[in-house]
Amino acid sequence: MLSNRIFQVIVVVTLLSVLHYAYPSKPVNAFSSQVVQHGAVGDDVIELQARLQYLGFYNKEIDGVFGWSTYWALRNFQYEFGLEIDGLAGTTTKQKLAKASKYNEQYVKEKIYSGKKFSHYGGTKENESTKTKNQGQANENTSNQANQATPAVNVPNGYSQNDITLLSNAVHGEARGEPYEGQVAVAAVILNRVQSPTFPNTISGVIFEPRAFTAVADGQIWLTPNDTSRRAVLDAINGWDPSGNALYYFNPDTATSEWIWTRPQIKKIGKHIFCK
Amino acid sequence: MLRSILIVVLTIGVLGTSFWGYKEHQDKNAVLIQAENSYQRSFHELTYYTDLLHDKIGTSLAMNSKSSLSPQLVEIWRISSEALANVGQLPLSLLPFNKTEEFLSNIGDFTYRTAVRDLDKEPLSDKEVASLKDLYEQSKEIKNELRQVQHAVLENDLRWMDVELALATQEEPLDNTIIDGFKTVEKKVEGYAETNMDSPIIGEIGKKQDLTNLDGKKISKKNAITYGKKLFNIKDHKDIQLSQSGEGSDTPLYTLSYEGKDKRAYLDMSVHGGHPISLLIERPIEKKELSLNEGFERAKKYIEENDFKNMSLYQSTEYKQIGVYSFIYEEDDVKIYPDSLEVKIALDNGDILGLTTKNYFINHKERDIPTPDLTKDEALQKVNKNVEILEDSLAVIRNELGEEVLTYEFLGTYGDETYRIFINAMNGKEEKVEKLGSSEMNYSGM
Repeated sequence: MLSNRIFQVIVVVTLLSVLHYAYPSKPVNAFSSQVVQHGAVGDDVIELQARLQYLGFYNKEIDGVFGWSTYWALRNFQYEFGLEIDGLAGTTTKQKLAKASKYNEQYVKEKIYSGKKFSHYGGTKENESTKTKNQGQANENTSNQANQATPAVNVPNGYSQNDITLLSNAVHGEARGEPYEGQVAVAAVILNRVQSPTFPNTISGVIFEPRAFTAVADGQIWLTPNDTSRRAVLDAINGWDPSGNALYYFNPDTATSEWIWTRPQIKKIGKHIFCK
Repeated sequence: MLRSILIVVLTIGVLGTSFWGYKEHQDKNAVLIQAENSYQRSFHELTYYTDLLHDKIGTSLAMNSKSSLSPQLVEIWRISSEALANVGQLPLSLLPFNKTEEFLSNIGDFTYRTAVRDLDKEPLSDKEVASLKDLYEQSKEIKNELRQVQHAVLENDLRWMDVELALATQEEPLDNTIIDGFKTVEKKVEGYAETNMDSPIIGEIGKKQDLTNLDGKKISKKNAITYGKKLFNIKDHKDIQLSQSGEGSDTPLYTLSYEGKDKRAYLDMSVHGGHPISLLIERPIEKKELSLNEGFERAKKYIEENDFKNMSLYQSTEYKQIGVYSFIYEEDDVKIYPDSLEVKIALDNGDILGLTTKNYFINHKERDIPTPDLTKDEALQKVNKNVEILEDSLAVIRNELGEEVLTYEFLGTYGDETYRIFINAMNGKEEKVEKLGSSEMNYSGM
């Protein structure tokens, strides 16, 4: 049984490589020219996942984010097809994949953008005739869809998009007129407080702590945050801290507390003084 | 005469009343905002804790030794009770929300029972592992539902005070996202009736940040500006502002900032040695032209040019048109996790948008890495048998006590999840178990 299967695989592989040498100049009508690596997002990843699923290596949702499951599936594929096992979808790997599998971009995308979980590509559900008909259109559509959102997105380990929104709300309410690094610094102060034993241990705990932030007390936190504050929050989460590990900041022109002036100051960014 | 006095008195009266009314209105608003804020806090904490719960249960599935499993179970117990407290704070008394509360207290009971037991003498039975797995699946569903409600709340600016009002007045039909959302959560849990932050490995763990490692001669302001000009990638240095950090700073820093036509740049540099600590460049980013992989090549070249040697990629992540790359130091094929740095690349033209090296400079030093006492196979014996190991290597990490230890690092899968497990290479202690994964359903992009 087993040797029979191995034999089949060998035959397939040999056939593939023979085909490869027989038609070396035939361009592969698949993927962009880019190498796809762990952490990537987008159309190439959707195609990669769909093709791996077609061949039975990947059985999770096709979501357009190159995560660990995709990584292991790709390595398995590389192992079975005798390629270098590096978990990168480079030129050779993509060619092998494209030859061994089929991919109907439009069909797959329709499925995944319909909002349903889709993890059975390569079954018999697809109608052959509509497929060939759609192939041409699918290729034309590629450029239009290049910037379409993927069903899933990357988030920093341990954070949800909602946590990021809540943080950007706070940053926008507190520091929207400040320079970019000043906004990153305000986000960093909130995160430093979460880490500190003297403050609440969650982002929402820190933000909604009574009398902690004026923007929360007067309701300015509910202004819609812009893209800048969102990017600033992402930077702070990813490790940037222009505040120099500060736990407090204040605006010297409006600060009412005497006590805040006694804190050791680290630096001033924009209108805010950051301190320990 | 009398008439004008009357007019004056009345005017004062009217003004006084309206002022008083305005004050009252202000006060009432302030109280309302306060109440709203405390509801918001409880709600966001509840979702966060449910998410955390899911994560922690997932991690516990891949743990093996008592020394790491018991604290983990205690942690889950603690989080479930925090979450329960948050449910209690929400104005849900008029909603049937008891199933969710029951679910949370089930988790609490289960983990408490298992955590206080000596797991060396009496490890988790197969049945208990199965119910842990059940709880994991359930918490996933509840987490997802709550996150959806949370997204709706944030997206549509929903107020809990309105919910309370809607519930109190019993308006029919109740068309309220929050109420509907919670009803769905409740339904989900009902289906399961009757079943029985991790600190990051990268960088510091609650340790005082000490940048005293920074060596080198004190550099002049002029040199600092010249260096800044290079990192900011600008031609003229006249627009660069320089200031020096105050007494509260961990280490003396020069802070450089630049404001150009369509670009802002910022740099923290150590006064001693002139090392770049934190660089940020902000500008509009155009359509994505480069792949994450091409961005990686740029990042790698960049850190080499800036004298960071033997760095290897630990993680790469694409956010919209930005690539973020984490590098760690590697010495004789041993990964040194504490010595990490991050680079941010614009994926429109490959420009460097940021660099942060604080962890690298806090931790980097000459190390005398010992030879492991345990062989790889001996270490593998200590790993949970359910986890299928796919990759291994040697690594130095900081353990819970903040000490650097030499470990075997195993990467493996269990179910759909991927885990990173560190086994001490000297004494076989299970130092750390991490559940990996950092993508989430796109709530808004669809």
